[in-house]
Amino acid sequence: MIAFNIRGTWSIYKREVMRSLRTAFQSILSPVLTTSLYFIVFGTVIGARMEPVDGVAYGAFIIPGLLMLTLLGETTSNSSFGIYMPRFTGTIYELLSAPVGVAETLIGFVGAAATKGLILAAIILVTATFFVDYEIKYPLFAALYIMLIAASFSLFGFILGIWADGFEKLGIIPLLILTPLTFLGGTFYSIDDLPEPWNSVALANPIAFLVSGLRWTFYGTSDVPIALSLGLTLGFLAVCTAIIAFIFKTGWRLRE
Amino acid sequence: MQEPILSIAGLSKVYSGGVKALDDVDLEIRKGEIFALLGPNGAGKTTLIGAVCGLVRPSGGVITAFGHNLKNDWRSARARIGLVPQELSTDMFETVERAVSYSRGLFGHAPDKARIHEILRSLSLYEKRSSQIRELSGGMKRRVLIAKALAHEPELLFLDEPTAGVDVELRKDMWEQISALRERGTTIILTTHYIEEAEEMADRVGIIRGGKILMVDDKAAMMKRLGRTEAVLQLAEPLSELPPSIAAFPLELSADGRELCFRGGDGTGKGRQQVADLTKALIAAGIDFTGIDIRESSLEDIFVSLLTEQEEPA
Repeated sequence: MIAFNIRGTWSIYKREVMRSLRTAFQSILSPVLTTSLYFIVFGTVIGARMEPVDGVAYGAFIIPGLLMLTLLGETTSNSSFGIYMPRFTGTIYELLSAPVGVAETLIGFVGAAATKGLILAAIILVTATFFVDYEIKYPLFAALYIMLIAASFSLFGFILGIWADGFEKLGIIPLLILTPLTFLGGTFYSIDDLPEPWNSVALANPIAFLVSGLRWTFYGTSDVPIALSLGLTLGFLAVCTAIIAFIFKTGWRLRE
Repeated sequence: MQEPILSIAGLSKVYSGGVKALDDVDLEIRKGEIFALLGPNGAGKTTLIGAVCGLVRPSGGVITAFGHNLKNDWRSARARIGLVPQELSTDMFETVERAVSYSRGLFGHAPDKARIHEILRSLSLYEKRSSQIRELSGGMKRRVLIAKALAHEPELLFLDEPTAGVDVELRKDMWEQISALRERGTTIILTTHYIEEAEEMADRVGIIRGGKILMVDDKAAMMKRLGRTEAVLQLAEPLSELPPSIAAFPLELSADGRELCFRGGDGTGKGRQQVADLTKALIAAGIDFTGIDIRESSLEDIFVSLLTEQEEPA
């Protein structure tokens, strides 16, 4: 009896990573260029005239938020496209007829999307050194937190790719929900500086907790306690995993 | 009796819209055979294949492949099953070799370049191994699908309309490929609209309609049981009625008595002997004829006849 198909998992992972490399200009260069522009405009030009926030130079302060902006968008999009395209083209028949289950599929697709997210994060952090001076206070914790975020939103993207029945729906969530929420989640400012009621409104935005958590790993300062950010992220990861397990158990939108 | 490689019992599938695609299907497939599943569009052929291969969730019934119940031990069973789908579904931007290698890995096999090359050679794809699939012709794409299905060396192979949309030459070529697979011991289940395909290759034939299996039999036995010889004799002079000396033959007069139509035999050639006897009887009775057209019924005739019977109201 086969318990786990490790070669199948590796095949999915490898193919998905290769797919990203095949479209490297769009999937890697484009987000890096966009983030670099943010660093130039907000970090170097405007940031030079801004007061430090919580004792952190403004250019350095926005790094975790910008990182989060790219990470959420790219991991979600990459993962959702990864599973949506086989559904759209019909090639999913092969995956469904293969001896691979939910674990192999998730590790393959989500692992590849998360890998790409981590590569992007590393490139962005290196790129940032050209524009602003910064130091990461808890580098190991930052790396683990970035991995956790990448995995969580890759899972979320996977759900999105199964839910979507058209390309428009694939783009709606990253563009119309994730990006605005990240912008409003303290990417460019500290939520603590917002007057009421906007402070309370901002704290209703779950992305604010993620940005705050990542900023804590970078500089040791945050708008909300790190435990809360970590708890929310782990909770999101658990919910996404449960939804995917349900999808595979019922075959929703996968098996007729 | 040899244990079947695939056993389907009481399989049913009702889609969410209420369409009953499979209705209490029982079927057993023997190791090493080529089984042709025939049926009109919407008969349930693809749903049946989908249920075995994991693309469709059955509403009821039990499927056992290689002794593994597909509900509980699907990994072990699926690792030994291959599927060539009806649609040309491939990753168009992938190269032929990488696509086939991916399929091998997906089914849990270690990379084996030599084996992949052997498969590509056998399907005349070797020269195209570095081409993107989108650059290939329709027939070549279908070969790629077959190569992908063979990459993990399945013991049971499903071919869903394998020669749909391919030209005559390529179809014959594919028949040879399928025969070669059988010689290597692969059990093959194919669905087809081309009855001649089933007639050419199949050991056994199943006829499905409206989600029900109407008949499963050895092709030769089916031909023998349901086959007929049909002969039309053009008479030199019209007859108004059959003379008593030939009345024992299964005959009908047509074309205003100018043609004598014989329908008899059993698909074994017995009918031809009867036609020979009939001609002697006609000569003895002084009835002259100017020509004879004689033919054996094909699997297609049997197929159409069975479906027509089903359509007739009770």
